[in-house]
Amino acid sequence: MTTAAPQGDVSTPAASPLETVTRIASEVARVHADSVDREGRFPVEAMEALKRARMLGLLVPASLGGPEVPLDQVASMCEALAHHCASTAMVFAMHHIQVACLARHGMASPMLRAYLTELNEKQLLIASVTSEVGVGGEMRASVTAVEQRDGRFSLDKDATTISYGEHADDLLATARRAPDAPRNDQSLVLLRKGSFTLERTSNWDTMGMRGTCSPGFKVRSTGPSEHVLPVAFADIASQTMVPVSHVLWGSVWLGIAAGAVARARAFVRQQARAKPGTVPPTASRLAEVHNLLQTMRASVHEVSAEAGRRMAASDPEALSSISFSLKMNNLKVSASTLVADIVHRALLICGIQGYKNDSPFSLGRYLRDAHSAALMIGNDRILATNASLLLVLKED
Amino acid sequence: MIESIRNILKEHARLSTDITTLSDTADLYQAGMTSHASVNVMLALEASFDVEFPDRMLKRTVFQSVSSIREAVEELTAGK
Ligand SMILES: Cc1cc2nc3c(=O)[nH]c(=O)nc-3n(C[C@H](O)[C@H](O)[C@H](O)COP(=O)(O)OP(=O)(O)OC[C@H]3O[C@@H](n4cnc5c(N)ncnc54)[C@H](O)[C@@H]3O)c2cc1C
Repeated sequence: MTTAAPQGDVSTPAASPLETVTRIASEVARVHADSVDREGRFPVEAMEALKRARMLGLLVPASLGGPEVPLDQVASMCEALAHHCASTAMVFAMHHIQVACLARHGMASPMLRAYLTELNEKQLLIASVTSEVGVGGEMRASVTAVEQRDGRFSLDKDATTISYGEHADDLLATARRAPDAPRNDQSLVLLRKGSFTLERTSNWDTMGMRGTCSPGFKVRSTGPSEHVLPVAFADIASQTMVPVSHVLWGSVWLGIAAGAVARARAFVRQQARAKPGTVPPTASRLAEVHNLLQTMRASVHEVSAEAGRRMAASDPEALSSISFSLKMNNLKVSASTLVADIVHRALLICGIQGYKNDSPFSLGRYLRDAHSAALMIGNDRILATNASLLLVLKED
Repeated sequence: MIESIRNILKEHARLSTDITTLSDTADLYQAGMTSHASVNVMLALEASFDVEFPDRMLKRTVFQSVSSIREAVEELTAGK
């Protein structure tokens, strides 16, 4: 018996945002990943494709005309992109971290609400300026201060690292709240294109993550005081920037690890095909690394889901709690350690074919990209924070 | 109690402002207390008042000012 669908009712459902990004990952990001890495250039093709598919406003609230996609979906997109091009994935992740901060802490400001609507309409790209000469990787301290007078702000900052600074439309920068404020009393400020200048102060000739194009810049900016977010950066950091960063970064690293294991799997399959009927010796190493990948995936997904739930419940207390901070920090440390371990093991499986730059099983780029994870906010720094948090945590 | 709290803050909060110039309601974070310093403040309060801050009290707002700290310590010592 056949049950014929009524005519006209056989339309394929429109692709979901995740399906669209997964397709861009394999059809665009993958194709250009090697040249992006070799030339240390911005992944223009993939970022253009993501823009055209309207994937830069995903976290803009529905009340402002955005799609308001849940965080775990954006995380899955980061993972899908990183499978093929970690630089594209990291740019995508960093952009959405900035949007999340605005969407969750700028809603009280009419100007920032209008900005978010505009960001979604025009698919604007935002970069982050938290790093600064003199504070190292300590995000919760600034040297420079934002000055406000007659409804205008001015902010000049000597940043050590601004990913895709030259390709972004707008920037979000941290600074001391006022000239007399201490280093850790910070504000977050939106710098609009046309009202800031960038003077490049260093190069970005790195081992990996070369396509993020993240040299140092001197930033000079002015703008209306409304662009200074009305909330203390301490709250933005603990409730949004840190958890969203660790979730999205962790997802990028998971994607790198999964991409490397996929290459190892293809290699082992090729070996098996060469000698039908035998299991190649590398297969048991593949079983081991696949096991590790599953551990990493379970951990990233579990902690990400919890972060998503806590953020959706918008309970600031639950997001600022010590046990939650510890958990998010642990996610960063474990995912960034596991990614390097997993890629290394995949390399051993592929052997010289993984070590060569021009083989289909090459793992050089994966290995180099993976090693950015542990130092992107140094793991020792994070473990030192956890050590002090554990002095006060009473139960788990 | 205020005096002991202020002494602990003086010793452990590493404020960039002199504690004696701050009112009981002044924001200690705005006066330069880092979250790392607030951990030491908490440990000193626990030792000095022989209390334990339960996890639910371990939040920024509790350690925000001299008076919010006093309220918390009073709550913890109330049953003693
Ligand atoms: C791919 C990539 C993209 C980036 N993009 C941006 C961006 O767009 N915007 C931006 O602002 N920044 C960006 N950064 C910079 C990043 O956020 C950190 O600022 C930077 O990686 C830290 O630099 P650092 O290692 O020199 O400094 P530090 O964090 O000072 O680390 C130096 C060393 O000291 C150790 N250390 C420091 N403090 C402690 C401590 N308390 N306890 C124990 N050990 C400690 C560290 O573990 C490390 O070994 C990016 C970094 C990377 C890798």
